[in-house]
Amino acid sequence: MGVCRDGAENRLEEWGKLKMIQVEHLTKTFRVAKRRAGFRSAFRALWSRQYEEIRALDDISFTIRDGEMVGYMGPNGAGKSSTIKVLSGILTPEGGTCRVNGRIPWKERKEHVKHIGVVFGQRSQLWWDVPVMDSFFLLKDIYSVPDAVFRETCTELTELLSLEEILKTPARQLSLGQRMRCEIAASLLHRPDILFLDEPTIGLDAVSKLAVREFIKKLNHEHKTTVILTTHDMQDIEALASRIILIGKGRVLMDGTLSDVRACAKDAGASLDEMAAALYRAYEV
Amino acid sequence: MKKYWAFFRMRFINGLQYRAAAWAGVVTQFVWGFMELFLFDAFYRADPSAFPMDQQALASYIWLQQAFFAMFTSWQWENELFDSIASGNVAYELCRPVSIYNMWFTRSVARRLSRAALRCLPVLLVASLLPTPYGMGLPDGPEAFAGFLISMVLGLLLVSAFSMLVYMSAFYTISSQGIRIVATNLMDFLCGAIIPLPFLPDAAQGILALLPFASMNNAPFRIYGGDIGGMEMAYTIGLQVFWTVVLVAVGKWMEQRVKQKIVVQGG
Amino acid sequence: MKLYWKHLQMHLQSMMQYKTSFFLTALGQFLVSFNVFLGIYFMFQRFHQVAGFTYSQCLLCFAVTLSSFTLAEVFFRGFDTFASCIANGEFDRILVRPRGLVFQVICKKVELTRLGKLLQALVIFCYAVPNCGVEWNGIKILGLVLMVLGGTVVFASLFVLYAGICFFTLEGLEFMNVFTDGAKEFGKYPLGIYGKHILVICTFLVPYALFQYYPFLYLIGQRSEAGFLFLPLLSCLFSIPCYLFWRWGLRHYQSTGS
Repeated sequence: MGVCRDGAENRLEEWGKLKMIQVEHLTKTFRVAKRRAGFRSAFRALWSRQYEEIRALDDISFTIRDGEMVGYMGPNGAGKSSTIKVLSGILTPEGGTCRVNGRIPWKERKEHVKHIGVVFGQRSQLWWDVPVMDSFFLLKDIYSVPDAVFRETCTELTELLSLEEILKTPARQLSLGQRMRCEIAASLLHRPDILFLDEPTIGLDAVSKLAVREFIKKLNHEHKTTVILTTHDMQDIEALASRIILIGKGRVLMDGTLSDVRACAKDAGASLDEMAAALYRAYEV
Repeated sequence: MKKYWAFFRMRFINGLQYRAAAWAGVVTQFVWGFMELFLFDAFYRADPSAFPMDQQALASYIWLQQAFFAMFTSWQWENELFDSIASGNVAYELCRPVSIYNMWFTRSVARRLSRAALRCLPVLLVASLLPTPYGMGLPDGPEAFAGFLISMVLGLLLVSAFSMLVYMSAFYTISSQGIRIVATNLMDFLCGAIIPLPFLPDAAQGILALLPFASMNNAPFRIYGGDIGGMEMAYTIGLQVFWTVVLVAVGKWMEQRVKQKIVVQGG
Repeated sequence: MKLYWKHLQMHLQSMMQYKTSFFLTALGQFLVSFNVFLGIYFMFQRFHQVAGFTYSQCLLCFAVTLSSFTLAEVFFRGFDTFASCIANGEFDRILVRPRGLVFQVICKKVELTRLGKLLQALVIFCYAVPNCGVEWNGIKILGLVLMVLGGTVVFASLFVLYAGICFFTLEGLEFMNVFTDGAKEFGKYPLGIYGKHILVICTFLVPYALFQYYPFLYLIGQRSEAGFLFLPLLSCLFSIPCYLFWRWGLRHYQSTGS
């Protein structure tokens, strides 16, 4: 009996090491209110409103191994953010299963989120009006990071992201690029095994973009952090992702490498964006 | 004129969009109406002789107040306008070939009207089915009804003109918040939104009636129930016209000053 | 608790960046409830009593309702403004943090500008407590404290219920304000004066009367059952269904688009 259980636990552990994230047949639908223009329909909408069902995730399956860097690609509204949200425990899917580090995110939320970091490019987790460092201290307490570990992590992040100068500044006074570097640091203070980046380079200037990419690469290399990245910037994908998952209309359309994407473009001299566009056209999304 | 009409139409449709808010408004207004009635009923039973209004007139007053709440309420401020003034974006608006006063005035009227349009009918309908003296009574004669309609229009214009003064004053201060707060509370109390004006001390009645605030919702609601009638009605409507003209004139004058100021700064 | 304290410090620090705005908002809060007070004052100038309750007695009720509503607003504002918390994605952020959700939502907002109203409630307490004809003793003072705390719990529960509805509608249902703002507004007088039907609703649907009316009757000596003083504790049970509803709504949470 005892032997048997040990075996099962060992296997689970091993499985966890190899496949950090396993997603099977995820589905999720949203109900969206329809609105039409005009005087009369504005009046009519007072009485009845029509709803439309949108399949944000339609039978999504994939596996991601420990230490991989995966680019999650797709046109607007394809279901990228929804997937990230399911994986990070924000959304509960209607069907399918998903294990991250052997845990089901939405069932063991607290334990799960201790091991992940999430950056939403369009939103901020820093306190707007207080120095960035104070936000960091608060996060330290929220995640109960031990003093020694926190100091070490902080020093490392400060150096890698060159935050020295800006940690004492309130977030509202930072430029977008500076803020994004702080956001990324804030998501890594508890040393997560997995980092979700939802459009981390949106709106950044060239220098900041390069700095962010450089940092993510280093992070993956040195700490073996698994990185999952959604972006519309094809250069992000090129620079970071060794693997690309293409999603459209809630389905996985392609799971491969950048050269697979290149193969889709007929013109060899096409730019990255043109390649992506050709790909979307090919899959009619 | 045509552009203001187009603008009015746009804002009006925009106001109709808030379906959930409108239904919520109706529900809220009903609860408020009933509670107010019960409240005044308790005071009536405490001392009928001290009651300064006819009970039926008061019930009509309360239901009208609920039905047209969105039209006369003090806190229909449009934060967008304050923000555009504070951030300086208003400069674009000042450059357009329309008067900013007229445009915002139209906007304010449209907003108040559209919000009230959605809420007033259900409230009035149900309120008129309630038993007397708690329901919405019929107007106190045809002239009272005519006076009520005229007075309503004037009241709406006056409230909007008053809001305009507050918007315009925002050009002169760095933070308009203080003015807004004081104006809201002053208006709330003096226009009879907290308790109807006749319930305030008799000694103060004379002065209160002369203030512009008494010409807002107080005038039409009391004309409707016959609380103000005859010559007094003509006098009240005259006073409404007077205050509307004065407030619009002051607002326009402020607009001119603002424009000059901006031009000077720009040069 | 330590973590809550940290959050509070952060809120204070942020607020001090906008001192003028803070004081003006607090002033505004004060003026709004001062208007309500003026309304009561002038009504009693004219009528002297209502349903047998005197001016100071009504003020006691007003102060209980106002202070408990305000305390709930100060500390549970996160639930009150939950619709915006969902809309701007703050709630997503909360979900990826390894702490209790309720705790985090509470930490999200501490609305200290409402202290303007609390100050007013305190002033009114100072006037009403000695003047309302109650012979105060230890147990009655405890009862008064329980009234305020019970009220805070009831209002806070309503905020939680309101937040639970936001999971389904995303934009918040304004008619719920009837239960919070309405109760604050009409709780300025003893709830008994509105008639039997209202009292039944305020006892069994949402237990306002359990913290505002029945213990008050005992305080002023209209009822002699000392048990009335402890009814506010019973009103706290209202938080259970509200919390369960919120948990249930949580499972239906649809995050907003990217």
